[in-house]
Amino acid sequence: MNALSVRGLVKTYRNGVQALKGIDLDVEEGDFFALLGPNGAGKTTLIGIATSLVTKTAGTLSIFGHDIDRELEAAKACVGVVPQEINFNMFESPETILVNQAGFYGIERRVARERAENYLRQLHLWDKRDKMSRSLSGGMKRRLMIARALMNEPKLLILDEPTAGVDIEIRRSMWDFLRGINERGTTIILTTHYLEEAETLCRNIAIIDGGRIAERDRMSSLLLKLHTETFVLTLRNALSAAPKLDGYNVALVDNHTLEVEVSKNQNLNDIFSRLSALGIEVLSMRNKVNRLEEIFMRLVEKGANGAAARAPEALSGIAVPETTAVGAQGGRS
Amino acid sequence: MNTASVTTSAAPSLDLTRIRWVGYKTIVIREYGRIIRIWGQTLVPSAVTATLYFVIFGSLIGRRVGDMGGFSYMQYIAPGLIMMSVITNSYANVVSSFFGAKFGKHIEELLVSPLPNWVIVAGYVTGGMLRGLMVGGVVTLVSVLFTDMQVHHLFIILAAVLLTSLVFSLGGFINAVFAKNFDQVNWVPSFILTPLTYFGGVFYSVSLLPQWAQKLSYANPILYMVNAFRYGFLGVSDVPLRLAFAIMVVAAIAMFALCVGMLNRGTGTRE
Repeated sequence: MNALSVRGLVKTYRNGVQALKGIDLDVEEGDFFALLGPNGAGKTTLIGIATSLVTKTAGTLSIFGHDIDRELEAAKACVGVVPQEINFNMFESPETILVNQAGFYGIERRVARERAENYLRQLHLWDKRDKMSRSLSGGMKRRLMIARALMNEPKLLILDEPTAGVDIEIRRSMWDFLRGINERGTTIILTTHYLEEAETLCRNIAIIDGGRIAERDRMSSLLLKLHTETFVLTLRNALSAAPKLDGYNVALVDNHTLEVEVSKNQNLNDIFSRLSALGIEVLSMRNKVNRLEEIFMRLVEKGANGAAARAPEALSGIAVPETTAVGAQGGRS
Repeated sequence: MNTASVTTSAAPSLDLTRIRWVGYKTIVIREYGRIIRIWGQTLVPSAVTATLYFVIFGSLIGRRVGDMGGFSYMQYIAPGLIMMSVITNSYANVVSSFFGAKFGKHIEELLVSPLPNWVIVAGYVTGGMLRGLMVGGVVTLVSVLFTDMQVHHLFIILAAVLLTSLVFSLGGFINAVFAKNFDQVNWVPSFILTPLTYFGGVFYSVSLLPQWAQKLSYANPILYMVNAFRYGFLGVSDVPLRLAFAIMVVAAIAMFALCVGMLNRGTGTRE
């Protein structure tokens, strides 16, 4: 069964903006699914319709087989949502927020208190349980929103940028937590601007751009479509000019840093052999940008240029742009 | 962070009645908690205001006014003052709580939940009635300190106060749905509710007014509520009781339908 099934979904806002232009999308039960796209692409609108915060203009959407037009209450009972913006009552304590949230799903207070304790402990918020929520740090607020979304033990958990503004240590512990939830059977749909996060966590992906699905594939298949990668090599000894490596595009960034563009039919062993032969010692190596980020930018840039941003061919043979997505999307290389 | 202890329910059949009942109770408990948490804003001001009214209008000025409707002025205005506090507090509780939830976006907690909109309206309105009745009780206690409170018809007292607090809680809900900022939350109470309450027979019998003013007063729904409530205490009223209760019941039904209809359409809550 599909956790989420969308057909011909259209949303036109009162100001005339068409945020979704007839989207078809299926997310399988048990999946950890990434829904990516630039700002204003329609991700939050799609999530809004799935959680009934936004009314659709046309099309159908069902959650675990419950059509939101016919079985809205049953559909909503399956979902937990972590929205982009902090949206709990800042004057209530974390424990009160969680217990009340469970109550809205018909869970009696005794059971709700037990669950609240469980999630507050797991998310390291137990010692803050009776503090006013506005006194929590940004990371704690994010974790509280995750705990709140889990109070009804949802079959489908929708996370709209759950780690925005969270430091790397907490982000990685949140990843472990979410992986654990997914392994226990909860379907997760994740939108994020940290593409490393999507690449690390998700098995399937859809990229939405301009209100349409630009790409929908398995994460591993999508990454294979990347035909060229750029690697940054740190050298032990200083160079005054870039070494000449036939078949490779090599640039000297500074005296100790080389950038080498490697296409899919080339290999790194060959590069290292040639560099060794030239007496150049490599201390370390890294990707110039995150692989998913590169694919994402190419799809989105192609969409912006007015071309059909679907074909895998679009990804081949394109050099890595100097201006990567790092700044624009908030990701890291 | 631990990765344990999250289970997915194995597709239990949905007990909508239980969800609605527990959800309704939760909203009411939350509203009650809010009233108690900010008691200095919710319960105390009306007691202070009522005391001032009794001291100034009842005791100082009231002595010179003499009897009204066969009762001392203090006795006459006491039901009106209680009703005034019920009206303003029922209204204020719902408008501030629901608008606050919209403003802080935590209304989304309810909107994404499986609770139908009529349960959400019922929960907030019950919260408003609770505050109205609690404050009404406090003002009644203050009244007892200043005058003899007699009970002519307990059922009419209860019916009038419940219906009035219901109507004005619903009024507060409608205001909150439409309000886009805090000015719009305060506008209706300041410029509509307060004048209507003051001209609604709280401090006088409409029989004292000139003919044209009497006719104008009969268009004021609060006049009917205050007089029905006063009848319960004193057995006197400027309006027919049946008409007063008919107005309250019809208003409550129509306003409840309006509130649910607005939420169903997403007015002020959904895009």
